[in-house]
Amino acid sequence: MLLAAVLAILIAMALAVARAVKGPTTFDRMLAGNTVGTLAILFLAALGFLNGRPEWLDIGLVYALLNVISTLAVLKFFRHGDLALGPDDDGAS
Amino acid sequence: MEIYINAVLLTLLAVTSCAIIRQRSLFGVVMLAGTYSFLMASVFVVLDAVDVAMTEAAVGAGVSTVIFLIALHLTKSREYPKPRSAVVPLFITLITGFALIWGTSTLPPFGVADAPIHEHTTPHYLDAAREKQIAANVVTAVLADYRSFDTLGETLVVFTAGIGIMMLLRVRRRRGPAGGNEGEPS
Repeated sequence: MLLAAVLAILIAMALAVARAVKGPTTFDRMLAGNTVGTLAILFLAALGFLNGRPEWLDIGLVYALLNVISTLAVLKFFRHGDLALGPDDDGAS
Repeated sequence: MEIYINAVLLTLLAVTSCAIIRQRSLFGVVMLAGTYSFLMASVFVVLDAVDVAMTEAAVGAGVSTVIFLIALHLTKSREYPKPRSAVVPLFITLITGFALIWGTSTLPPFGVADAPIHEHTTPHYLDAAREKQIAANVVTAVLADYRSFDTLGETLVVFTAGIGIMMLLRVRRRRGPAGGNEGEPS
């Protein structure tokens, strides 16, 4: 059962990588990269239960937090064209 | 079973690497590099190195994406291919790759308990930590006493990362009231 889940996650990862390779726009690639990150979390959880080490679930939570941060940075860059936007620059953008 | 999962993941890594080489838009390259890092982290997870996988996900997908984006902000985000011969770089890469593969042939088998890395100082640490009663837990004794500078550096890295994340989130929260109504004192 868990093995089937792991295989399904691997297939989904392959599809996401195919989109990242083909994807005509940058946003396709960004979404594909984000999807691969999410699938890596699911993969970690499923493999942890498969190997009898369910405490990997906590590490999966840390992964999820990291994924949010990097996506946030990328989106902020696309919105403002800059990451170091201080409080003084707020009115200008 | 593990070897099949690794084969699938390494194939995906190879596909991503080829895509990174062929890609000319550098934004796309940054996104593909993030994908590569998450796939590599999954490989580390399969190899039972969850802590290394977490570092790979944090540094490869998180920090280096941000650093690449800053670099792209300072330069142009499009690569101009030069009409230059790639024979010498290909040669150097092949030699390095073969040297690395040749080096793996003398490594001890994966996961054996009597590998040299486990026999050099590890027994000393285990005995000394138990004898001297430095800390109740042997892992704590190794991390906090025998590798205290290493742990101090790691803590510094985590602290810096926390500051960076706080700044990333703080500016965004301040924008909310400032953007909505400009002249309100609250």
